[in-house]
Amino acid sequence: MSTILTVTDLTKKFGHLTAVNSLSFSINKGNVYGILGPNGSGKSTTLGMILNVVNPSSGTFSWFDGAKNTHQALKRVGAIIERPNFYPYMTAAQNLRLVCRIKEVPKSKIEEKLELVDLLDRKNDTFKTYSLGMKQRLAIASALLNDPEILILDEPTNGLDPQGIAQVRGIIQKIAAQGATILLASHLLDEVEKVCSHVLVLQKGKRIYFGKVTALTTDHGYFELNATDLNALQKVLESHQDIEKIEVYNTHILAYPSKSMTATELSKSLSEQGIIITHFAQKHKSLEEQFLSLTKNQQP
Amino acid sequence: MKRLFLIEFDKLRTNRSSRILIGAYFILLTSIALIAAIKFDIGPIKFHLAEQGIFNFPYVWHFNAFIGAWFKIFLAVVIVSMTANEYSNKTIKQNLIDGLSKREFLHSKWIMIFAFAGISTLFIFVVSLILGLMYSNYTELGIIFSDFEYLLAYFLKLVAFFGFCLFLGTVIKRSAFALGFLGVWQMFEGICYGLLKWKSPSWIDADQVFRLFPLNAMSNLVPEPFTRLSAVRNLAEQVGEVMQTNSAVRFWDIVIVVLWSYIFYLLTYRLLKRRDL
Repeated sequence: MSTILTVTDLTKKFGHLTAVNSLSFSINKGNVYGILGPNGSGKSTTLGMILNVVNPSSGTFSWFDGAKNTHQALKRVGAIIERPNFYPYMTAAQNLRLVCRIKEVPKSKIEEKLELVDLLDRKNDTFKTYSLGMKQRLAIASALLNDPEILILDEPTNGLDPQGIAQVRGIIQKIAAQGATILLASHLLDEVEKVCSHVLVLQKGKRIYFGKVTALTTDHGYFELNATDLNALQKVLESHQDIEKIEVYNTHILAYPSKSMTATELSKSLSEQGIIITHFAQKHKSLEEQFLSLTKNQQP
Repeated sequence: MKRLFLIEFDKLRTNRSSRILIGAYFILLTSIALIAAIKFDIGPIKFHLAEQGIFNFPYVWHFNAFIGAWFKIFLAVVIVSMTANEYSNKTIKQNLIDGLSKREFLHSKWIMIFAFAGISTLFIFVVSLILGLMYSNYTELGIIFSDFEYLLAYFLKLVAFFGFCLFLGTVIKRSAFALGFLGVWQMFEGICYGLLKWKSPSWIDADQVFRLFPLNAMSNLVPEPFTRLSAVRNLAEQVGEVMQTNSAVRFWDIVIVVLWSYIFYLLTYRLLKRRDL
């Protein structure tokens, strides 16, 4: 598998604040990566450094196995950072033409990409007349102009209305389905969970997890239960050999198995004990809960 | 090189205020020709400015290079605001992300500076040539094509001035403040000169030190042409004044101005390189 980006011990200090702290990770072709972290955890600073707009305090990064210098490599990358930045007085088509000149790609792609983000009929309107959702879609079209080997998106749905969010997500999913490599920074966990195969979790500039999303979310899950006799249920569960922990949550009892257990097994053993179940659900921790417990563990 | 030129040209071409300012600038440059129309005809006093020798070759090169430089502020506004807008629209950030290096970004601006200065010089050349051919008393080729150092000086003066503007636009990132600072700097140079004259010890030659100041060096490059005019000299002699002023382009002024241009280029690059966006 070919490596697109390798980051080694990257650090950025703003005065006495360390925004990114000795961060290392690598990105391989064909995967969709999410960078997760609360606001101010160093996501944008990290992206800023690999995109040549923020100078690293120390550490290195190399694009495409160091085959080219950063600005040459960036011509093969598509990136959107925070807000869409275009010349307000230029039309969409003029803005994209300028990007074509910078990236040295043929102008023939402009129409195709505008079509993809559904802006073809507005291509001759100036950028300043666009709504935020349209600006964001234009930014995506611009990032795709060179058919990039990797697409970098920083909070692509920030500030959009639900319709805009759905449109942008739809476009991202479409691109991801075509087998593109994507690096997506977001603090919206469901967004990452929906499209990403790998995840990098940052907190206060430090990496606290890097690996597959499934490895992060796969545990044995848990059961949410209720019965006519709650006390009896609790007793039975406590004495169950494969249940390591139980929790009372509102009117339900949450039971955490110590090994993987099917719903049938548990339900069977409960009915053998004479418990009449009124509610039964097998659940997995969402990425959000995993993320919260991860970041909580790291608190000093 | 062509790519960088086209990138900057696209940015300018699509901006309406830039188009208007650049258009106004070239119309004003051409309007030097209107001086030729200044004519008084009041009874016995007949005065036609064009006949006073201001359009004589090779003097016309000097005269027009001096007058033409007055209008450079129009292009300065364009350069400063185009640079400041790159910051306020954050398009400089997008340019870099799209794959332009910081050096390429700076070079695209400097190419525009050279283009502005070059086209202005060409304009002055053409306008002067036409005016000269119409009004000059001497039209021998050898005379026409002499004193070209004034055009070179004019070109270098514009390059240095625009380079200074680009630097200020990059440092201050706000066009109005950058232009304001340009005015403040002009005053600062004046005050420095005053202080030097007044307070400096005798072993310091205030005038020589003042020659090193950037704006003053630029203005020294094309000295005022009026005292060279025979009409003015005659007038001065009549009132018993002997004028001893320099009106030649001096080698050291060229060196100082070229050095300043290079310093502005380097400082701007250093700033671009160090600054996080």
